[in-house]
Amino acid sequence: MRVSSRLHLRNIFQFATSFAAVALVLTSIVLTCSQPAHALPAFARKYGLRCSACHESWPMLNYFGQKFKDNGYQLMNDRDAPIWQNPSYWPITLRMTPFWSRESTNKVAVDNAALDATVEQKLTTTGFTLSGLDILTGGTLEKNITFLLVPSADETGAFHFESASVRFDNLFRSPWLNVKVGKFELDSFISEKRGLTLSGSGGGFQLFHFIPVGDGNIFGQVGDNQIGAEWMGHSYNDRTRLSVAVFSSVDGNVDQPYGQNSYTAFIAGSHAFGAGKLGVQRIGGYAMFGQAPTTYLTNGGVPLPGTGVGNKSFSRVGFEGLFYLGSKLDVQVFTQHGSDDKWFGACFGDIITGTCDPFNNNSTGGPGLPDGARNPTWNGAFVETHYIWNPQFLIFQRSEWIRMSQQAIPGTPSNLGDIDNYVFGYRYNPFMTSRAGFAFHNEYSWIRQRGTSPVSGTDLSTNSLMLGFDFDF
Amino acid sequence: MRTRMQSWSLVVAASVFALPMLSWGQLTQYDLETRMGTESHVGNVTGHAKDAKTGYRRYCVGCHGPLGDGNGENFPWVDPKPRDFQLGIFKCRSTPTGTLPTDQDLFDTIGRGLDRSNMPQWNALSVQERADLVAWVKHFSPRFASDKPGTPIQIPPEPEVTADRIKAGRDVFARVQCWKCHGVLGQANGPSASTLQDDLGRPIAAFNFTDGSRPKCGSTDQDIFRIFMTGLDGTPMPSFADNIKPDEAWDLVFYLRALMPQKSKERDMAKQLGLKPVDMNAPAAQQ
Repeated sequence: MRVSSRLHLRNIFQFATSFAAVALVLTSIVLTCSQPAHALPAFARKYGLRCSACHESWPMLNYFGQKFKDNGYQLMNDRDAPIWQNPSYWPITLRMTPFWSRESTNKVAVDNAALDATVEQKLTTTGFTLSGLDILTGGTLEKNITFLLVPSADETGAFHFESASVRFDNLFRSPWLNVKVGKFELDSFISEKRGLTLSGSGGGFQLFHFIPVGDGNIFGQVGDNQIGAEWMGHSYNDRTRLSVAVFSSVDGNVDQPYGQNSYTAFIAGSHAFGAGKLGVQRIGGYAMFGQAPTTYLTNGGVPLPGTGVGNKSFSRVGFEGLFYLGSKLDVQVFTQHGSDDKWFGACFGDIITGTCDPFNNNSTGGPGLPDGARNPTWNGAFVETHYIWNPQFLIFQRSEWIRMSQQAIPGTPSNLGDIDNYVFGYRYNPFMTSRAGFAFHNEYSWIRQRGTSPVSGTDLSTNSLMLGFDFDF
Repeated sequence: MRTRMQSWSLVVAASVFALPMLSWGQLTQYDLETRMGTESHVGNVTGHAKDAKTGYRRYCVGCHGPLGDGNGENFPWVDPKPRDFQLGIFKCRSTPTGTLPTDQDLFDTIGRGLDRSNMPQWNALSVQERADLVAWVKHFSPRFASDKPGTPIQIPPEPEVTADRIKAGRDVFARVQCWKCHGVLGQANGPSASTLQDDLGRPIAAFNFTDGSRPKCGSTDQDIFRIFMTGLDGTPMPSFADNIKPDEAWDLVFYLRALMPQKSKERDMAKQLGLKPVDMNAPAAQQ
C-alpha cells in the first residue's frame, strides 16, 4: 500500500513537473497574446477627452478614469445617454499589437536520437508576430444602464467572449447601488486587463493565475473574467469603493462545463486619501472564497461535464495599494495568500488542462487522497513602478515573487513551483489625441519557476524581448 | 533710383515697426513662461502653475488648447465651445459682474464641471492638483496679474418658503423679463431665445428649467441666488444686482424651483396654488 502510494506520488510529481514546464511557457505566451486590455478611444471620441484624461498611460486607469468606470462609463453629465450623441457615433474600439519578439527558454525537452532519450536544451526563437485582437464595445444603453461587450480573438483568430455584461448604475440615485450581471473582470483596482506589460514572460500578473505545481484547482484565478453578478458601490468622489461578486466556479467558461452548482465570492474594498504634494494614495484589500468540484461521473473514463461533485474550498486574500510619490512616480503593490483544499493540491478537479491523472476525476472509483496530503498554501507579492516622464512617455518595471509555504504532498521540495518574475520597459505615445491610441512599446522580461524543467526537474527560466506597436482606434 | 531706395527703406522701416504691432495682444509661449510663478490659494492649499503643466496637458489641453485660448483639437466638434482663458472672463463667479473670479470659484468649477458642456467633473483629482490647475488657468490671462478678484457678494440667509413668496417670485420673473429668454414656463423658448449669442458672437442657449438638468454654476438655492446677482459673464445672462433686492432674489429662487421637475416643496406649493405662468402681455411683464 505504501509502495503503491509512493509510486502514485512519483507519477503525479513527474507528470506535474513536465506539464508545468510546458504550461509555464504556454501560459506566458497565451497571457500575452490574448490578454484583452480595455482602453476605449470610443469613449474619448464620445466625450472629447484625450486618452490621458482617463489613463495613466493607456490602458492603465488613473483616478479620473477609475471614477468614470465606476460610474458605469459615464461622466455623470447630460452627455452620457446615447440619445444625446451624434447618431453616427459608434462605440467600438479595435486593439491589436504587431510586434517582434525574442523568446528564450533555458530547458526545453527535445528528442536526442544519439542518446535515444529526451534531453533538455536551450531554445531561442525570434520573429514577427501578432497579439490577439480585442473588439471592445461599451458605453450607455440609456442613462445609468451600461454595457461592455468584448469579443476577443487569440493570435490565430479564434474568438471567445472575454467580457459581456450589463450594469445598472446609481440605482435609487445612489452611487452605492450598482449591479452588474454577465461576464466581467473582478474588481481589483490593480487590473491585469489594464496592465502596461505585454511581453511573453512578463505580460500577465503571475499571482492572478497562480496554481501550485500539480494542483487541480483551475477555478480560483483572480485574473480571469468570471460569470456572475456583482454589487459595487462607491462614494460620490470615488475615494471609497466596495464590491461583492458572486459567480459560478467555472473560471469564466460558458455553459458551466465543470463548476456548476458551485460558487465563488470575490470581495474587494479600497479607500483613497490625499497626501498633499505626494498625491492621492489608495489602499485596499480583496478576498476570494470559493468552492469547486473535485470529481466527476465518467463515461468510458471520460468525465461528464455537468456532473461535478465533491466540492472543496479555496481562497485568495491580499492587500493592494497604489501610491503616488509626486506627479511622476507611482508604485502599485499587490500581495496574495492563497490556499487550496488538499484534494485540489493532490490534483483532483481539473478535467480541462490535462494536468491531473484522468483517473482522479472518477467520482465513483477514483483513488483517494495520498497519505499525508494537506492544503497547499503560498504567499506572493508584486511591486510595479511607473515613472511618467510626461503623459506621452512612461517607464515601468514590475518585480513579482511567489513562494510556496506548504506543499500538498509531503516530501515535495518546499520551493517547487516558486516563481520570480521581473519585467521592465517603456511605452511612448508619439501623439496623443482624443481620437485614437498609438504606442511604441519596448519591454524585457525574465521569469523563473523552481523545479519545473521538463526532464531534470530543475529550475526553468524564460526571457522575452519585445518591440511592438500597440494601437487602438 | 534714389526714390526707389527711399521707398524700400520706408517699407523695411514700416515692417520693423509693424511686426510687433501685429503681434500685440497675441499670447506667446514666452509670455506664459514669464507667468509660470502664478499661484492660487484655495483654503490652506497653495497651487502653483508650474506644477500643473503635466496635469493641464493630460486633462485639459484637448479642449482648451496649449495656449489656453479654447482652440484645442476638440474645438470644431464641441458645443458650447471651450472657454478662452486668455480673456479672463468666467461665467461661474461669486464676484460682481465684470470682475475676476476668486481662486475658490475656479476651483469649484473644475470640481463641479459644467453640465450641458464637455467639461466633466474633475473632483477625482486631488485638491492639490485642482489648486495647481487653478493657478495654471490664471497664468493664461494678464488680467490676473493686473487686477484683483472682486469681493464675493453676500448671500443673506434663506427665508422660509411660502406661497406668497413663490407668487412674488413669479412677479419678479415677469418684471425683470426672465421670460424673454427662458420662456414663460422656463422652457428656454422665450421670444429672444433663438437670437442669443455669447460675447464672441456664438449662438448660445438659455437655461431650460424644466428638463431636469443642473444649472451650470451649481444647483443649490444659494448657487441660483448667486447667479442672479453676479450674472454669467460672457453670456447674455446679466447681473440683476442693481434691479432686484436680495429678498426678491430669494422669491425668484423659489419660483424657479417650482418650475423645475425635481421634487420640491416649492413645486408642491405651486401645484396647490394652481399657479399660472407669467402672462407676457401683461403690463408688468412689459415694463
